[in-house]
Order: sequence, then C-alpha cells, then structure tokens
Amino acid sequence: MRLRLVVNGEVREVDDVWEGESLLYVLRERLELPGSKNACEQGECGSCSVYVDGSLVCSCLVLAGQAEGREVVTVEGISDGDDLHPVQRAFVDAGAVQCGFCTPGFVVATHDLLRRNPDPDEADIREALAGNLCRCTGYEKILDAVRLAARGATG
Amino acid sequence: MTSGVPIGVPAGAMPPAPTRERPRSPVQRPGRVGEESARIDGVPKVRGEFEYSSDLWMDGMLHGATLRSPHPHANIRRMDTSEAEEMAGVHAVLTHEDVPGRKVYGMEIPDQPVLAWERVRYQGEPVAVVAADHPETARRALEKIRVEYEVLDPVTSAEEAMREDAPKLHLSGNVLRRVKVLHGQPAGATAEVVVAGEYEVGMQDQAFLGPESGLAVPDGRGGVDLHISTQWLHIDRDQVAESLGLAPDEVRLTLSGVGGAFGGREDLSMQIHSCMLALETGRPVRMVYNREESFYGHVHRHPCKMRFEHGATRDGKLVYVRAGLVFDGGAYASSSNAVCLNAATFACGPYDVPHAQIESHMLYTNNPPCGAMRGFGAVQACFAHESQMDRLAGALGMDPIDLRLKNAIEPGMRFPFGQEVPHPAPVREILKKVKDVPMPEEQELAGRDPRELPGGVSNVTRGEGVKRGVGYAVGFKNIGFSAGFDDYSTARVTLAVEGGEPLVRVHTAAAEVGQGLVTLQAQIARTELGVERVAVEPADTRVGSAGSTSASRQSYVTGAAVEGACAAIREHLFERVREELGGNGDLSLDGDEVLSEGRVIVSLVDLLGDEEIEETLEYHHKETHPLDENGQGDAHLQFAFAAHRAVVEVDTELGLVRVVEIATAQDVGKIMNPQALEGQIEGGIAQGLGLALMEEIQVKSGKVQNASFTDYLLPTILDMPSVRMEILELADPEAPYGLKGVGEPPTISSTPAIVAALRDATGQPLTRIPVRPEQMVGISSKPPEEPPHPGSAGYAEIGRLDERPEH
Ligand code: FES
Ligand code: FES
Repeated sequence: MRLRLVVNGEVREVDDVWEGESLLYVLRERLELPGSKNACEQGECGSCSVYVDGSLVCSCLVLAGQAEGREVVTVEGISDGDDLHPVQRAFVDAGAVQCGFCTPGFVVATHDLLRRNPDPDEADIREALAGNLCRCTGYEKILDAVRLAARGATG
Repeated sequence: MTSGVPIGVPAGAMPPAPTRERPRSPVQRPGRVGEESARIDGVPKVRGEFEYSSDLWMDGMLHGATLRSPHPHANIRRMDTSEAEEMAGVHAVLTHEDVPGRKVYGMEIPDQPVLAWERVRYQGEPVAVVAADHPETARRALEKIRVEYEVLDPVTSAEEAMREDAPKLHLSGNVLRRVKVLHGQPAGATAEVVVAGEYEVGMQDQAFLGPESGLAVPDGRGGVDLHISTQWLHIDRDQVAESLGLAPDEVRLTLSGVGGAFGGREDLSMQIHSCMLALETGRPVRMVYNREESFYGHVHRHPCKMRFEHGATRDGKLVYVRAGLVFDGGAYASSSNAVCLNAATFACGPYDVPHAQIESHMLYTNNPPCGAMRGFGAVQACFAHESQMDRLAGALGMDPIDLRLKNAIEPGMRFPFGQEVPHPAPVREILKKVKDVPMPEEQELAGRDPRELPGGVSNVTRGEGVKRGVGYAVGFKNIGFSAGFDDYSTARVTLAVEGGEPLVRVHTAAAEVGQGLVTLQAQIARTELGVERVAVEPADTRVGSAGSTSASRQSYVTGAAVEGACAAIREHLFERVREELGGNGDLSLDGDEVLSEGRVIVSLVDLLGDEEIEETLEYHHKETHPLDENGQGDAHLQFAFAAHRAVVEVDTELGLVRVVEIATAQDVGKIMNPQALEGQIEGGIAQGLGLALMEEIQVKSGKVQNASFTDYLLPTILDMPSVRMEILELADPEAPYGLKGVGEPPTISSTPAIVAALRDATGQPLTRIPVRPEQMVGISSKPPEEPPHPGSAGYAEIGRLDERPEH
C-alpha cells in the first residue's frame, strides 16, 4: 500500500508498505528515522514514543495505515536544528543517559509532560513516565533531568 | 540446502560486495580522572542519532530469522526445508548441515549446537535460519519448515537432573560442575546457637532494552564483517571463525551501539547465524530479535536452591557455616562453571568463619540455559548468607548490624577458600556508614497522596494495614576474571598534531555497553598526557583483545592498559625533550605542553611536528590460581564491598510494597567519574530491587511462561525510590588509580536488604525471591504452582474458563 503522512514537518510518501507494518517499522526501516526504538514492540516500554497529531503514542502499537494523513513528530524532530531541545540538554547534563536505548522515548515523553505541566512535582513526574522502562539508570538521574528541564523551561 | 542465488540476480552476476563506512570517532574535550566529564555519546543518544545494532541498515540487505524448538526436550526425526526455500523472497534456508566449521560453540565448554541436530535440549533452541527480503517473509518461511520431533520428557529441575535414573542430557552426564570448599574442621564443629534455613532464588533476566541484533556483510573474498552488540568482541570473533571454518582474520567484528548488556551478551546469539546467511547469499544480512525471541536468545541468571546452617557462640561469634547450593544451569554450559565457583567462594559472606563446608553444584537440565548476569553467583549466595545472619541475630537476640560488625572479615585474615583478605576490606566501615545515613522521615499515613502509598494509583489503601520495615545487608564480589584465567586488555594510543592541536587517539576493543567506558578512556588519556583533545576510536578486532565487559573489570583492566600505553608515550616524549633540549629536571605534561619543574619548556605542537607517536600495551592483571580439591587457592584478583539499607512500607493485607528509600555505602577505591559512578550504583540497585520484588522468568515443564515485558515485570520509575549513597575511596595499591570495580556490588546486597525490610514489616520468613504478595500476607511460603486464572472462581464446578469448549 501507499502511505502519505507528515513526519517532523515534512510530507513523506512511501510505497509498497505491507499492511501489517507498524508506524514504528515504517519510521525506522522506510523513512530512515531509527531514533524511535524497538525494545518491546508491544506497548510496554515506551522506547518507541512519538507524537501522532499531538498525542503521545507508542508507535509500535499504531499500524502504519492508521498514520495515513497524520502528523507525526519523532525524537529526531524534537531538537531545533543543531541545537538540542532543553529536555535533551537536561538528559545529557543530568547523566540520565547510559546505554541510551530508552532515551528517545523518555525525551519525547518528558517533552509531552512539560508541555502539559511545566512545573511537575515528583509524583507527577513518576506517574507521567511510568510507561517508559529504563534498565540502566535506576531512574534517579532521569528524575533529575526532568526537574532540570522544568527549571530551565520555567526559568 | 538452498538455491544459493538471490532471486532476480543471475548466477555469476553478483553485485560487488558492499562495504560500510567506519563510524567517525568524535573528539572529546574536558575532564580528567576524578572529574565530571559528560559522556561523548550523550548528544547523539538524546537526538536519536546514535546507531544501535538494531538500527544498522544497508542497501540490498536481507533479513534473517531463526526457527526455534517449541519443545524443551525432543529428538529431531526429520527436517524438510524445501517448501520454505521455494517461497518468493526467500534467499537462504540453512540447518546444521550448512555449518561450515565447528558445529558447536560455547565460552567455557563448547557444548551448544550452532543449529540443533538429532536432539533439542531447551525450548527456543535454534534449529534453522532463513534470510529473506522482508522480515515478515522470513517469519512466514519459518512456518514452512517442517520439523518432525519425537517429544521426550524434559528434566525440569536440578534435583531431578541429579537422580540416578535421570536421562543424561550430555555425554559428560548431568553434573556440569561441583565445587567444594573446606576450611578449618567443619566436620566436628558444634556451636551453642545454631540456625538453619532453606532459600530459593528465581530465574532473573538481564532484560537489556536493545534487542540482540547485528549486521553481517560478506567481503566478497570469503570473509565477513560483523557489526554487533556484544560484551567481548574477540571471544565472539574466535567462536564465529571456528564455526565458519575461517581464519580469525577473515572474520572482523566492529562494535555497534549496545543497548545494555548486564551479562546477557557474553554468549553468542545471532552472530554465527547472520554470518552463515551472509556468506551463503553474498548479501548483507541483518538479524534483529523481537522481545519474545530475546527471552529465548540469551542466558539468564541461575535459579538456585540453598540450604545453610550457621553455628555461633552465645555472644555472637560465628563458629561454622555449612552450606549446600544447587544451581540449575539449564541446557548448555555457558559460564556456569565460573558462577558455581563464585558462589562457593562467597557463600560465607564477608565474615570471619573459622570452619566452613560449602558444596556448590551446577546441573544440566532442559530449562533455559543460564549464565552471566550482574553479580554472577555472588547474588544468590548473598541472599542466603544475609538471610542467615538476620536469622542468627534473631536467635541471639542481637542487633543484626552488631552481629555483622562482630564477625566482619578484616585484611590479613583468610577467606574460607584460603586466600588472604587484601587491604582494604572495609566491611565494618561501610556497615557503620550505611547505618549512620539519616533515616527517611516517617510521613503520616493518613491524608497522603495515594501515589505515595503501596499500590500507588490503584488506590487500594488510605494507610490502613501499612507497616514500615527496615533491613540491612552487606555483600562482596570478585572483580576481574578469576581462578587462573589470563585476563588482559590491549590499548593502542597515538599522539599527533591534528588541525593545529595535539590529539590523542585511543583504540581498544573494549565494549561500551552504557557504563561510560568511552568517557573513562578519554579521561585517563587526558590525565596521563596532559592534552585536551582525545578521540576514542570505535571498538573493533583490528586491535588486540580487551577481554569482556563483565566482572566489573573494564575500568581496572582496560583502564590500566590505556594508562600504560599513555605512560609509554609520555616516556618517549620526555626522552625526546631531554635529547633535544637537555636538562634532567622533573618533567611533566599539562595544557598541551611539556613542563620542567612546573615551567613550560616546549609545546607538544612544536615538539611533535609531523611525527605521530604510537604505543600499544597489553596489560595482564596479577596472576590468580584455580582452587584445589578442597576449594583452597588464591582464586580472585580484587574484592569490592557494598552495604545496603532498605526502608519499605508494606500493605500487610494485600502484600503490596512501596520501597521508600535505599541507602548504600560502597568502597570504590577511587571515584573516576562521579556521575557515571552514581549511575552504576542507582542502576545496579534497581536490578537488585527487581529480583527482590518482581523479576522472574517463570518456567513450567521446561517452558517459559512469560516471555514478554507484559508478563516479566521490570521496575518502573514508580517502583524505584531515591538512593542515598556514601562513597569510600580506600585505594587498592595494586589497581590503576587505586580503583575498584563498581558495576556489580550495588546489585548484590540490595536484594537481601529489601527482603530483610519486608520481613521486618510483615514478620514472615520470606525465604524465596522474588517475594510475592501471597508470601507477604502469609498465605503461602511459595508462589502457587498454578497461578490463578482470571474468572477462575468456582471453576471446580463449571470447569475452568480456559478449558471450557466454547473458549
Ligand atoms: S517498542 Fe513500543 S512500547 Fe516498547
Ligand atoms: S539508559 Fe539503558 S535503558 Fe535507559
């Protein structure tokens, strides 16, 4: 099938998509956007988090066909050109990145959290990020990163 | 067994062998040893630009897939691949007959078939592999491979495997390893106070997030390049070459981005398979496991049953320890040998024990193969010895910390396995430190945000039935490879002027798996050579082996190799300075310049000109020795110690837990990179928490019941509390910079500390981990054989929901 969607502000068209492919697969394998990760491909880890029409979703659970005509933003679309987004900067500075496989998902989920709630308390952060697994950091530095990004954003 | 020629390409007209560009090595700048130094791969990782092995992509590449045995134990009667081979889009279907070289592999004992023949010994064992033009085509081709199995009764536990009449799973029998440690006169030892207990540890999974994956690229001359996530490039290379029937230099490995490891990438997964498919088809072949396959694709932490007896004087001095540990090694050897040895040597804990008799058994079964995971044999033993120390403290009416302080081992004493306890061994200090960490304030239960109560947003309590508990534990672990293994690492370092400034290039084969070794190597180079700019080259097999990224050893061993190579360059520079500029003063390097007695005498740019200085150093750590028949010997290189305190709240009616805080004290010898160190400690504790509370691969009749992240639970950000840490820097005089390995100790004693806190809150014995709610509320000491099914109430009358015909 042919698929047309907007990804990170650009209209993209792909041909020969098999109907069973997920949005994650299309992003990673057909659109050269492997930033969204494939840790579980069953909606449990959040490593594939993207925005679809402004809503945070697990792209592994979205069939490619469901993304037809939609607007998708991936981790590659979060930064402003060469400059890191403050959320990305905070993850680097706080030491919230080890192997980094969970990082793109956390970056997008944190971006979404701070958009909705610029000044979250600890319980808010934990609740919002409960769908993202990290096996390396024990989450402490991820909490630090979110607080750091929130401070930066609220100035 | 295959057409051999890709569809659409006439024979003899193969496209030229494609090649991949070597990744660039970015230049890092600030940070010396001991300073904060941001990780160089942090920026690409937050942008989603860091290339993991599952992201690898090449024009014209094929996708590999693996057919696995559905049975834990069966004879293979017949295999027919013809239907799969004829499918459009399928380029190769390979079985054991197509393995060109050695048909088995394995790090310690090569007992594991590359692809099974005659017999399969565990559910998930690879039987055939396929390469096709789309992953879905490859998966469908697997369904078309006909395998006729004669299903055999599986051997499903270590106890069963020990029985005389058990089927022999390997020619050598079912006993994989037995280690005995005899110390003092344990046979006749008696004591005033004796406590005994039985303990059990479930099968934990490393659950690294980046799935097993890699890309094999044929070089067109019969050799192959493999881009792979692994913990040890050279041992992979040697095993791959052996099974491909190629010379080692015809198989070149490059480390791709690794999404975590924790021991689970020490064994091969798809390495040989992808190379076989690439050589067969003449095209690049990528293989990426999905999560379910990943559970079958790597070894796990050994489940273990232990029986311990401790004897002590009435005033709390240990007299003897007798212990039997039985490990389920699963179907193949992996690193079980070394795990068995570790457990035997650490069974008594970091205590002065006059008499000890330890027996550690490792058995082959038809369960999933087990091998390396963070803590490696010390984890199981620590759960038992620390549970026993608490039990003993209870029997003596003593404070558990006081009992531990009274028996703590000290430098100059001997471990039960005969090795002298080296300096420093700060067991008392870390226990006191962790005890002195201020307790978290006890918050009022009533009126709390439900998210801060056990059960969280499920909103199952307002505080009623919630009890607080506190528990302590201490543990230790050997750093580096033990028992006579020639453990070494190689570093090649060059210094030259590039772009008008001095630049150091560090090249090792050491695997960065997330721990921050790339940063550390640059910090060491900066410290030793006083330069600002360092580039750490991608790890590959063009340089000598660095050994494994395991046993918390890379900072020590590769750290020493980089330090040594840099020191050789420094000597070379100083010699030049003395020759060309004279003077015998005290020379040093700093700020890209050579200094004498603290005054600049020449810049490196002027001194070097166009010259490049290169030094390669192979660092072998101090020799260790195998244990003798009584389990005595200087088996280990270095010991690292940590202690933990857990504070928990338990809803004693529902068995739900909120871990309030973990405090830890750890001796690290030297803080090399503060942020990376904290990350190792916090992350290691999270894995210890997982084992205490939730993580277990459930295996029934040899079959895995929960091969997914839906059913295998990992700690989330809701489960993991904040960590307070006290770091000690007691230098090990023999180690580079005095450092001690830090990766594993956080995982070892955090688990028993949490369980001790749960016992404190619930009063239940809790002898099996992970602890389940039903154990905490006292319904059962073990999880039920048959988990309750949803809607199962009353099924005795109407039949179980999942067994009713209309279901
Ligand atoms: S990959 Fe989508 S949630 Fe895990
Ligand atoms: S940094 Fe490795 S999974 Fe989060």
